[in-house]
Amino acid sequence: MTIAGLPILSLLIFLPLAGAAVVLLLPSAKTGAIRWTAFAISVLTFLASIPLWTAFDTARRGMQFEEQRPWVAGLGITYHLGVDGISALLILMTTFLSAIAILSSFSSITNRVKSYMATLLVLETGMIGVFASLDLVLFYIFWEAVLIPMYLIIGVWGGPRRIYAAVKFILYTVAGSLLMLVAILYLYFAYHAAFGQYTFDLMRLYQTPMPGSAQLWLFAAFALAFAIKVPMFPFHTWLPDAHVEAPTAGSVILAGVLLKMGTYGFVRFAMPLFPEATHVFAPWIIALAVVGIIYGALVAMVQRDVKKLVAYSSVSHLGFVMLGLFALNTHGIQGSVLQMVNHGLSTGALFLAVGIIYERRHTREISEFGGLSSVLPWFAALFLIICLSSLGLPGLNGFVGEFLILLGAFRMDTLASAMASRVVTGIAATGVILAAVYLLWMYERVMFGPVTNEKNRGLKDLSPREFWTLAPVIALILWIGVFPNPFLRRLDTSAAELMERVNARMIATDTYHAPVAGALPGLAVAAAPGRVSAPAPAPAEAARP
Amino acid sequence: MNALPLLWLIPMLPLAGAIVNGVLAGKLPRRVVSAIGTGTVGIAFLIAAACFLEILRLPAGERVFVQQLYSWIDSGDLHVPVRFALDPLSAVMMLVVTGVGFLIHVYSTGYMGHEKAYGRYFSYLNLFTFAMLVLVMADNFLLMFFGWEGVGLCSYLLIGFWYDRPSAAAAGKKAFIVNRIGDWGFLIGMLLVFVAFGTLDFGRVFAEAPERLAFGSGMATAIALFLFLGATGKSAQIPLYVWLPDAMEGPTPVSALIHAATMVTAGVYMIARCHILYALSPTALTVVAAVGAATALFAATIALVQKDIKRVLAYSTVSQLGYMFLAMGVGAYASGIFHLMTHAFFKALLFLGAGSVIHALSGEQDMDRMGGLKPHLPRTHAAMLVGTLAIAGIFPLSGFFSKDEILWNAWRNGGPGLWTVGVIGAFLTSFYMFRLYFMTFHGPMRVTEEAKHHLHESPSSMTLPLMVLALLAIVGGFVQIPLVAGAQRLDAFLGPVFADVARVTGEIAQAGGAHVGGAAPAEHQPLLETALMAISLLVALAGLYLARKFYVTDPALPGRMGETARGFYKLLWEKYRVDELYDRRIVQPIVRGSERLWHDFDAGVIDGAVNGIGRQIERGAALLRTVQTGYVQVYALILTLGLVVVLGYLALR
Repeated sequence: MTIAGLPILSLLIFLPLAGAAVVLLLPSAKTGAIRWTAFAISVLTFLASIPLWTAFDTARRGMQFEEQRPWVAGLGITYHLGVDGISALLILMTTFLSAIAILSSFSSITNRVKSYMATLLVLETGMIGVFASLDLVLFYIFWEAVLIPMYLIIGVWGGPRRIYAAVKFILYTVAGSLLMLVAILYLYFAYHAAFGQYTFDLMRLYQTPMPGSAQLWLFAAFALAFAIKVPMFPFHTWLPDAHVEAPTAGSVILAGVLLKMGTYGFVRFAMPLFPEATHVFAPWIIALAVVGIIYGALVAMVQRDVKKLVAYSSVSHLGFVMLGLFALNTHGIQGSVLQMVNHGLSTGALFLAVGIIYERRHTREISEFGGLSSVLPWFAALFLIICLSSLGLPGLNGFVGEFLILLGAFRMDTLASAMASRVVTGIAATGVILAAVYLLWMYERVMFGPVTNEKNRGLKDLSPREFWTLAPVIALILWIGVFPNPFLRRLDTSAAELMERVNARMIATDTYHAPVAGALPGLAVAAAPGRVSAPAPAPAEAARP
Repeated sequence: MNALPLLWLIPMLPLAGAIVNGVLAGKLPRRVVSAIGTGTVGIAFLIAAACFLEILRLPAGERVFVQQLYSWIDSGDLHVPVRFALDPLSAVMMLVVTGVGFLIHVYSTGYMGHEKAYGRYFSYLNLFTFAMLVLVMADNFLLMFFGWEGVGLCSYLLIGFWYDRPSAAAAGKKAFIVNRIGDWGFLIGMLLVFVAFGTLDFGRVFAEAPERLAFGSGMATAIALFLFLGATGKSAQIPLYVWLPDAMEGPTPVSALIHAATMVTAGVYMIARCHILYALSPTALTVVAAVGAATALFAATIALVQKDIKRVLAYSTVSQLGYMFLAMGVGAYASGIFHLMTHAFFKALLFLGAGSVIHALSGEQDMDRMGGLKPHLPRTHAAMLVGTLAIAGIFPLSGFFSKDEILWNAWRNGGPGLWTVGVIGAFLTSFYMFRLYFMTFHGPMRVTEEAKHHLHESPSSMTLPLMVLALLAIVGGFVQIPLVAGAQRLDAFLGPVFADVARVTGEIAQAGGAHVGGAAPAEHQPLLETALMAISLLVALAGLYLARKFYVTDPALPGRMGETARGFYKLLWEKYRVDELYDRRIVQPIVRGSERLWHDFDAGVIDGAVNGIGRQIERGAALLRTVQTGYVQVYALILTLGLVVVLGYLALR
C-alpha cells in the first residue's frame, strides 16, 4: 500500500526524519513555530500510520505492507520492511505516543527547543524502523540509532544527574547490543554454511538449521540485549535513573516505546530464531519475570519520588509481559502484546501526569504534595483513571492484558508441571494486589488529605493543552478496556505463527533432527564455525526411519 | 408490553447518569443533578420490576432470560461476551439494588443537600449502582468480576468522598486493597474454572459441573475456596473484614447502600450463584459455614461495646453477613438470599435512621453524646425502632423470619453446634441493637449545647425513604412464612435456581453418602421447628430486656460491668486488636523489607556491581592512559619488551 506514491512503511520511517530537517531549518528564536511544526509532523506521521490499522488484513498470515529492495547486495543486506499484527500495533502506538510526547513538551522544554524537537523526530524514525525492519542489519542500525537521540534527550534536557543517567543508559544497552551483533554475524555465517548464500533477511534466517547448543549461546546473546532493554530483573537499574533524569517526553517515549523494543526483540528475533533455546530458557525467564513483578512492585511501593515509583512499576509490569510471552500459548502471547501497548498508554500517561505536577512545583517528592485533589480537580480525575488503568481495573485496558497473561501462564506447558504453572501464576497475580498498594498509596499521599504545603495552594488546574494531551490516551485506555477485540484480532495470526515457529521446530528437532541433518550432509558441523559444535546425532536415532 | 428487551437499560441508565453528572459536575444546577441521579435509578427500578413481572408469567422452570450486548474479550478458546441474565436469583438482587438504591438516592438529596461536590457524589453513587447491577446480572465470571471490582472502586471513591480528611482517604485505600486481596482469590478461582471447564460462562459451567468435577474432588474444593476468599473480601468476613468498620468514614447514605444493603452482600450472592460448585465440595461448605458462624459471633461481640453509632451498625453488618454465609455453608441458599433481602431493608433503614440522627445532631456520632432524642425526632425514632425490632428478630418483623430460617437450617443441616453459635449471636444482636436504640433515644439527653441548638427532625426527602424502608422491614418477611403450607413464596420462586443441587446430593444420597447441605428433602418436624423458633425469640427478648436494664433502668450497670471485666471490655473496645496485629505482622514487615530490598539490594548489590564494573574499567583505562605518553622511545621500549617476552615464552615452551 502506498500513500502519494510512497510505500507506507518507508513513508512512516522517513517522514519524521524529513520533518526533523524542516524543523532545523526554522529560525531558533521562533519556538512557537518550531513546536507547532514538530507537532504537525508527528500528527501527520500518526495519520499516515492509520492504514496499518484500517488496511491491515487480520486473516492473512505472514508480513504485510512489505517492501524489499537490494541494499548491499554483496553482503546479502536488503532494505526489507514489513509488519505483522504485533509490529503494526507497536508502530501505531509509537506514532501515537510520539505526537503526545511532542505536545507534552510545549511548556516544559524551553531551552534549545529546535534541537529538542528535531531529536524527538529523529528518535521516532529510529523507533518505527526498529519495528518495521525485517533485515537484521537494518534492524541493528535502527536499534542502535535509537540510542543516540535518547542519550541526547536525557543528557541535554535532563535533570541534575543527567550525565550519569545518560551514560549508564547507553553503556548498559550497548553492552547488550554488542553481544547481539556477534550473534547476528554468527547466524549469518551459519545460514551460509547451510544454504551457501549470505543473507541478513530475517524471513530466510528463520529457516537456519541450528544445533541446540549453538542456539543456547545465540539465544543468550540476543536475550541479554533484549532483557536489558525490557528491562528484566536484575538488569533494570539503569531504568529508574534514566527516568528520573529524563524530561517528561523522554520518559513517555522511554517507557512507552523503548522498553517495548526489548520485548519485541524477544517476539521477533530471539524466540522464533532459536525455538529450542526458547524452551530451554523459558523456565528461567519466567522465574526472572515473576521475581521482577514482585520485586518491582515492592521497590516501587517505598519510593519517595513519584517518577521513580512509576519507573519501578514498569519493571513489575514488564515482568507480566515477559511471563505471558514465555507461556508460549495464545492467551499469553496475545495478552503480552496487548499489554505492551497498554503499558505504553498507561505508564506513558502516568509520566505525563507526573510531568504536569512537576512543571507546577519543580519537585516530584511525594512528601512535598498532598491534597492536590481540591486544587486540581480535573487533573485528579484523569490521574485517577490513569492509575486505575495501570493497576488493572476491569473496564480499562490493563485488565484485559493482565488477565490474558495470567490465563496463559496458568495453563502454560513450559514449566515442569501444571501445578508449577499454577503456583507461579498465583505468585505473579499478587503483583496485581501490590499494584493497587503502591499506586493508591501514592495517589492518597499526593492527591488526598488537606493541603498542608502552602506552595500547593494556588496551583492551576489542567490547561486545555494538557487536557488534550491526556484525553486521547484515556480514550484509548477506555476503548481497549471495553472493546479489546479489534486489537486482539490483529494478533491472531501473528501469535499463531510465532507459536508455530517456536513449537514446530521443537517437534521437528525432537523427532526428525537426525534425518534432517542426514539429508544435508555436513550441515551440523558446518553450521557451527565457532567454538560451538553440533551434537552428533546418535547412531541409533539416525538409523530410525 | 414486554419489558424484557429493555433489560440492558437497567445497568446502562445509572451508567449514563454517572457520566453526565460526572462530566458536567459543577455545571448543572442541583435539581438537575438530583433528577438525573435519582431518576436513572428509579427508571431502572421500574424496568426491573416490569421484567420481574414478565418472568413471573413464565412457568416456574423457565424463568430465564439472557441478553447479549456484544463480545467483550475473545482470545483463543476464551470467549467472554457482555451478556446479562435475568433469572429469579438475579431478579431478587436487581430489585433490591435498584429499589433500596433508589430510596437511598432520594435520601441523599436531603442528606447531602449542603454538599459542595453534589454532582460528584451522585456520579459515584450512580456508577456504583451500574457496577452492582453488572455484578448481579452478569452471565459469566469475568463480567461478574468487572462488576465485582467496579463496586470496589466505587466503594473506594465514596469512602474517600471527603478526601481532604486523611482518615477517609486512608479508609478508602484500605477498603480497596483488602478487597484486592480477596479479588486475587476470585481471580485464581476463575482461572481454575477455566482450566476445568474451558469456559467462564455460568450456564455451561454450572450445567457441566456435576459431570466434570468429581464430588469432593480437590479441584472443586480449590475453586470453591478461592472464590470464597474473594467473598470474604467483598463481604467483610474473617479474615478480611477489617476494611468495613473503617468504611464508615464515608457519607452515611453510602454506608447504607454499599456497606450494608448491596455491595457487601455480593459475596453471598456469588456463592448462591455458584452454589453447584459449593455443593460439590463438602469441605468448602464446611469452611463457609464455619467462617460465617465465627464472623457472626465475633463481630457481634465487638458491637457490644462500641460507642460510635455507625461502628455498631458496621460490626452488626459484618455479623449479619456472617449469618448469610452460615446459610450458604449449610446449603440453605434460598434462606441466605432471604436474609440478604430483609437485611437490605432493615440495615439500610437503620443506617439511614442513624444518618438522620447524625444529621440532626450536626455530625455527632458518639452515642455517649446522644440520648433522649425520642421526642425531638419522632419519625426517625419510629423508623429506628422498627429497624431494631426487625434486626433483633422480634416476631412478626422481617428479621424474625429470615434469621429463624437460617437457624433452623443450621440445626437441620449443620447440627446443634452451628445453631448454638447462631443463637448466641442472635442474643448479642438483640442486646447491642437495643443498646444502640436506648442510648440514642431514651434516658437523659447528653447532647452538646452546640448540637442541641440545631436539633431538628430531618426533611421529608430523608424521612420518606425511612418510612418506605420501615414498611419493608415490617412486611418483608411475609414472602416466606414457615410452617404454613404454600406460604414459602420466595422459596418457590428461587427454588428452580437451586434445584440442580439435587443432581449432586441426589447422587450422593443414592450412593449412601453422608448428608450434604442443601436440598435435603424437607422432613417436616414442625414441633422441633416451633421449639427452636421459640428459643430464638426468647433469646431476642432477653437481649431487649437486658439492654433496657443496662441502659435505661440501671444506667450505672455498664460502668460497673466494665470495671469488673476490665481486660475483656478493653479487648472488645479495641476490637481484639486485629488491625494492630495485621499492621505489625504483615504490613510493617513488607514495607520494611521493601525498603531494605531497595537500599541494600537494588542500590547496594545490583547497582554496586554495575558501578563497580564501571569503576574497574575506568581504573584500567587510567592505568593504560599512563602508558600512552607520546614518547616514541617508550613505545619502542614496550614493543621490544613485548617481543622479548613472546619470544622467550615460545623458546622456553
